[in-house]
Amino acid sequence: MTPLLTMPRALAALLAVSTALVLQASVFPHVAVGGVVPDLVLLVVVAAGLAHGSEAGLVLGFGSGLLLDLAPPADHYAGRWALALLVVGYVAGRLASAGRPRVAQWLPVAAAAAFVGTSVFALTGLLLSDPAVGVGELLRVEVVSLVWDVALALVVVPLTLGLFARVEPDRAFA
Amino acid sequence: MTDLLSRPAPRRTPARPAEDRLNRRGSLEPREPGRPRRSLVVALVLACVTLMTLDHVNDGAAVDPLRRLVGEVYGPVESGVSAVVDPVVAVPHWLRSRHDLASDLDRLQTENDQLRSELGTVDYDRNRLQEYDDLTATAESIGYALVPARVIGIGPAQSFSRTVTIDAGARAGLAPDMTVVNGRGLVGRVLRVTSSTATVLLVVDADSTVGGRVGRSMKVGFLHGRGDLGQGARLDLELVDQTYVPAAGESVVTWGSQDGAPYVSGIPVGRVDSVYSSLRETTQRAVIEPYVDFSALDVVGVVVPSGTTSDRGIIEADGSLR
Repeated sequence: MTPLLTMPRALAALLAVSTALVLQASVFPHVAVGGVVPDLVLLVVVAAGLAHGSEAGLVLGFGSGLLLDLAPPADHYAGRWALALLVVGYVAGRLASAGRPRVAQWLPVAAAAAFVGTSVFALTGLLLSDPAVGVGELLRVEVVSLVWDVALALVVVPLTLGLFARVEPDRAFA
Repeated sequence: MTDLLSRPAPRRTPARPAEDRLNRRGSLEPREPGRPRRSLVVALVLACVTLMTLDHVNDGAAVDPLRRLVGEVYGPVESGVSAVVDPVVAVPHWLRSRHDLASDLDRLQTENDQLRSELGTVDYDRNRLQEYDDLTATAESIGYALVPARVIGIGPAQSFSRTVTIDAGARAGLAPDMTVVNGRGLVGRVLRVTSSTATVLLVVDADSTVGGRVGRSMKVGFLHGRGDLGQGARLDLELVDQTYVPAAGESVVTWGSQDGAPYVSGIPVGRVDSVYSSLRETTQRAVIEPYVDFSALDVVGVVVPSGTTSDRGIIEADGSLR
């Protein structure tokens, strides 16, 4: 049985997720639009799903979501991002087309995954009434973050795909 | 590319028979590569829900060690990156144009001026309030109704008559020969009125004569002004009883005239500063220091008969406003 995460793959994923996490927490707040930053970790998970299929996307989504839930600025209920990104990784893997993804193919996938991810996160928040905000405010934030995500996907997804292809040229884009 | 795609299938199919499963129709279906097992999905989703639940109960005490652990790892990285990024982020602030800085300077100067003027009027407003308060207390203590008014003009020194204009006139119920007081004591009397203003002759005017009474002994006399306005403003008290020598510090009040015109009785005027006798005129003269500071007059009250109709509120003798 092929291990789900080979060592180089896991290291690459950890590196990508960590970088995205730190950038999202420390750099992008300086250019935030109304306090909303792009979900870089989500985009990395999308790329992982595109590259390695829905199972890898699922697992990486869970792991990186867990990191996002626990890393310093976070104060929401742990597990919310884990659930959201798990879905994102799975959806991205399912929607991925065979072969090396082209922009026209993966950009809609990334947009859809981002929408699903932020929606799941927002919905769990509503269910748990975690941040006690209204639906209107929630929609505004979601729209802004979706625009951010689609714009940043053009950079983050190719970079991450390139990283995965480099560490494991043989297996990438299976 | 075709090679890449086709390669896993023949290699995996014999190697992973256990991964294949029966579908609903009962036929063997090879597991699609990369598709997660259902058990894995269920396990991970349950893990998420468990985490949320753990964090929900007991205020997240169960998750806090995990947060601490991740924070210990990522906290230093985040602060390091932040230390690198912050100077870069600050660059646009250095590159602000001279125009920006000038407009900033303008804005701040305007704000500063506003604050200064506010600061400047705070004391004034406080003093005005104090004067109104004093006036109300005065109406109560002297037992007359008062029309409040403000000094709006002071006669020039070169006219040698000490008069002021106040912003209340006939419409406010004023008439000539009414007594004017403020919170400290007697100010003067109304000389003439227009519909909205009145001219007041101050007691320090050289032509002003007020009947005065030394409070302690009830001895009467006449108060003459000297024409000075400032801190050195003094009144001369000429007593009718030439043998009586008032003591320094004794209080002098108005004596009062018939029908309260031009001066009502019992208004404090000043206190005895010094006493001297004039041999030639054979009278005692006392120098009176007035209670009122005539160089800083603002709010005054005009004594009117109770029940006067006025275009403004009247402070009644019991201190109430009507």
